[in-house]
Amino acid sequence: MAEGRNPVAVASLLLPATLLFIAVLVIPLIMTVLLSFYSWGQYTGIVEDFTAENWIEVFTDPYFGEIFLRTLRISFLATLLAALFGAPEAYILKRMNPRWRGLFMLVILGPLLMSVVARTLGWALLFGGNNGVANQFLMGIGLIDAPLPFMFTETGVVIALAHVMMPFMVLSVWASLQRLDPQVENAARSLGASQFTVVRRVLLPQIMPGILSGSIIVFALSASAFATPAIIGGRRLKVASTLAYDEFLNTLDWPLGAAVAVLLLIGIVLIIVASNALVERRYAEVFR
Amino acid sequence: MSFLELSDLRKTYGNVVALENFNLSVEKGEFISLLGPSGCGKTTTLQMIAGFTEPTSGRIVLGGRDLVSMPPAKRGLGIVFQSYALFPHLTAAENVAFGLEMRGIDRASREERVREALAMVGLKGYEDRYPRRMSGGQQQRVAVARALVIRPEILLLDEPLSNLDAKMREEMQSELLSIQRRLGTTTILVTHDQQEAMALSNRVVVMSKGRIEQIATPVEAYNNPASSFVASFLGKTNTLSGEIRGGTLVVGEFRAAVSGADGPVAVTLRPEKMRFDSTGLRGTVTARVFQGNCWSYQVQTAQGEVLVLRQNDGQPLPVEGDAVFLSWSPADMGLRREGLSHG
Repeated sequence: MAEGRNPVAVASLLLPATLLFIAVLVIPLIMTVLLSFYSWGQYTGIVEDFTAENWIEVFTDPYFGEIFLRTLRISFLATLLAALFGAPEAYILKRMNPRWRGLFMLVILGPLLMSVVARTLGWALLFGGNNGVANQFLMGIGLIDAPLPFMFTETGVVIALAHVMMPFMVLSVWASLQRLDPQVENAARSLGASQFTVVRRVLLPQIMPGILSGSIIVFALSASAFATPAIIGGRRLKVASTLAYDEFLNTLDWPLGAAVAVLLLIGIVLIIVASNALVERRYAEVFR
Repeated sequence: MSFLELSDLRKTYGNVVALENFNLSVEKGEFISLLGPSGCGKTTTLQMIAGFTEPTSGRIVLGGRDLVSMPPAKRGLGIVFQSYALFPHLTAAENVAFGLEMRGIDRASREERVREALAMVGLKGYEDRYPRRMSGGQQQRVAVARALVIRPEILLLDEPLSNLDAKMREEMQSELLSIQRRLGTTTILVTHDQQEAMALSNRVVVMSKGRIEQIATPVEAYNNPASSFVASFLGKTNTLSGEIRGGTLVVGEFRAAVSGADGPVAVTLRPEKMRFDSTGLRGTVTARVFQGNCWSYQVQTAQGEVLVLRQNDGQPLPVEGDAVFLSWSPADMGLRREGLSHG
């Protein structure tokens, strides 16, 4: 604490936020963790005892393993897709004539103003059935011969998630592009670098922190996304969040659902903390 | 034909003319400064030589090769940017090595040349530092080393010293000069700092509003400014209005024999060429400022405020409120008939 500050004043200023934080985050979290150790029976309902059986079930039943693995795979692929499209998108936006930039910025960020459910339903319309717009288009341009299954497949969920999360990636890369000295590209060109070399050796390394932090955001949001996998994936293609939802509201096995939710939370936190540490260590020297 | 030939260069942005009638011949090994206030077209000229901006019309020929149609990567010029534009994700040595790598020079001789270049700018031992961990002056040195290590035909300096503090700037000036003299690299410096241009260059190109005002050696430009713009931009100048009557110049109470037709003239005078005398233009000292090696005086005369610089050489000097007479040697003044309206 800085010298000369009144500790009572500091404490009382911190108090409201701390209380709110405890009330809406810490207590429900603790309750969820506790809940995951209760037992549940078809006829008994929730029994407030202390047992590890939910956790044992989650870890031993391959059904859960498969779902968690799928969640990981979908989030990873959606993140990859978002980075692959989002980073060039941000760069193009940056190079764009300012007159057009405002408009296209709106096009990219506009979806954020819309409900995720509405956006995902839009994708469902595009994907829907063998005569869906997406399939008709792909067959029309001769890219595929037979309709691809999009609905209730991982491919569909990944595409829809990547689109939903794209603005976060673009914003994150955009922020790191703003910090770039525009003369650096000219410097590289004057030293004999081709445009491709400029992008690969000069531009990409500098916006990498932006891509990585964008990836962390997109990954976390994808792994915990509910609406998109629920609509595109449906009941057949479950991910961790829809699994927890089903356990809570369909099976009514709250303790098992709690165990799934807590495990998902722990998994996401671990992955974020680890990759954040990696990013910071890798780029600490270069970018303060 | 000269080493670098810029002929009839012109650049327009829409209706705005950024540069026109630009003609300049640069000899091999010369140090040229493009000097002028912001918006005078000096940076545009540099950008066109570097290849980042395409001229609307005109030719740039370097050693017989036409540069305009050549992409920047093929021109082989060394450039030091105002912001230094170092690669922040590479160490000092990697920054310097970049241009050599692009030229496909093998690792061993690359390392040798990088070491040499960094030693030349006084950065031995800083090879593994990242730019963020270096001071402005050190970053500047890395930028110079990076530009020179590729042995460019021309070194372009874009206001390279403007981000340094006064002491660093002087130090870098003399270092730049000694490096340039030693390597003999043809150098073009863009600057708005007349002191810097005069200290470093063989010739200065004074520019204003997209046009060349004068191309001359610093001494020539300072002593014989081609226009009132040059006179006022290169150092300080007093402009007094006088009249020639029958071979005598009359400026207030000052008289001097001159040749020339009768009529009103503008008299331009450097502050350091004016002295306090027993006769001459009458005035009153309104303020004086001590500057260490000299005193700077403001003298109110019937002609308006006049600036006078006197050496701090131990001679007694007037103080505020003193009535003084100002005189000068006719050889030190400039006379202009058209200059009256420019003030």
